Amino acid sequence: MVTTAENRVPEAAPPDEWQPRIVAFLCNWCSYTGADLAGISRIEWDPTVHIVRVMCTGRMDPTFVAKALELGADGVIISGCHPGDCHYQEGNYKALRRVHLLRRLLKDFGIDPQRLRLVWVSASEGVEWAKTANEMAREIRSLGPMRADA
Amino acid sequence: MTTDVKTKPKLALYWAASCGGCEIAVLDIKEKILDVDAAFDIVFWPVAVDFKVKDVEAMADGEIDVCLFNGAIRNSDNEYMAGLLRRKAKILVAFGSCAYEGCIPALSNTTTRAATLDWAYRDSPSTDNPDDTRPQEETEVPEGTLHLPAFWETVRTLGQVVDVDYSVPGCPPQAHQIWGVLEAVINILYHGAPLPPKGSILGAGDKTCCDECPRTREEKKISGFVRPHQIIPDPDKCLLDQGILCMGPATRSGCGGLCVSVGVPCRGCYGPPPNSRDQGTKMVAALASVIDSEDPEEIDRILDGIVDPIGTFYRFSMGTATLAGARRGVSAHVSADERVTP
Repeated sequence: MVTTAENRVPEAAPPDEWQPRIVAFLCNWCSYTGADLAGISRIEWDPTVHIVRVMCTGRMDPTFVAKALELGADGVIISGCHPGDCHYQEGNYKALRRVHLLRRLLKDFGIDPQRLRLVWVSASEGVEWAKTANEMAREIRSLGPMRADA
Repeated sequence: MTTDVKTKPKLALYWAASCGGCEIAVLDIKEKILDVDAAFDIVFWPVAVDFKVKDVEAMADGEIDVCLFNGAIRNSDNEYMAGLLRRKAKILVAFGSCAYEGCIPALSNTTTRAATLDWAYRDSPSTDNPDDTRPQEETEVPEGTLHLPAFWETVRTLGQVVDVDYSVPGCPPQAHQIWGVLEAVINILYHGAPLPPKGSILGAGDKTCCDECPRTREEKKISGFVRPHQIIPDPDKCLLDQGILCMGPATRSGCGGLCVSVGVPCRGCYGPPPNSRDQGTKMVAALASVIDSEDPEEIDRILDGIVDPIGTFYRFSMGTATLAGARRGVSAHVSADERVTP
């Protein structure tokens, strides 16, 4: 594994420094397997990203995102199969449409829509997963804690 | 029914931040209001009878059997009355959408207290207030000090302020549902019928508004939204199928499909459907699923047809919106020991 700017894990932060909490919902068939591949390949990614496996991004009720943010998450990643590759044919398109509408709603609530990110990661894209997780963690660090958005 | 004045159960009704529609809805049960009067001793009902707050304050705790409380908690007076009636009533019912989930008053939670007051006392076109006079909590006059209730930063539901036993949804609750609830209460108090489990939603169905809708539904594919004034809707087809934003899929049944039966889309006044904590995100799920596109740009173009997502999806349930709670760092879904402070 080659260490690049994208997959380098940040230096351990001092214990009193604010750390984001990012919840990542990964589909069983592509993205979770991709993250698993990243693990097997010993690619590290930002430890503030916590993975929840769902069968399909089409299962992602927008309520899950709202509840994650309510319970203290600072950002949410939804990751599924690339368009056309969904195990259930079109669950990822459903997720795409929901995320587009949900991001509008986040904005209406005064929450930066960048806190919700939809990505496509295939089962062979372990490197891509680590890059996505690190990018999101960087982005959320620059946005700061969710509850300081006021 | 036998009525004995000495043992007649005591009923109280109160309004906090509300429009008064719930009070009218109680009278919509028509002549059955006489049955209510026969069955209950009405001890407090500011809109209809002349008991005062001091009369309630003088009662023993738990002396009132049932209190139907409508209206949201907007200011310190609402909160005081909520606490008072909670102490005095054995059973406290959040009656109507405002008390249950915030309703129209809670839409002001999308902005701030300061902005709300600026609009009401300075900026709205119908306001003529050149000296920028604002309501004061205390005003000195020769006779002494006058007090006004303190206006809170956010609007809360009754359940976010005190412990609530049951909720009756609806803006307003429909008359046949109100009578159903009162009849159930009479059966409980007079005939020993069992109490429903605490926290139950009374006077509503356990499905969605769509299930009560008489219109024909087809496989939904929406390629564009229209507003009700832009088309003459087909009287028999699902309004959502015709591109009119209808909250039916994310709204609890119970009204009998009133609006949809007369060609008006459901506005969502019966709150989130059973087993759902958030009406707006439920609507996002239902609506986005049926948009007929897989192209991000086209999806955005179609979504542009939804003029006011937050005001449409949370028109009645902003007080319990999960994302509003997330934004303020509090949960909209509180238990008795973690009530929100204003």
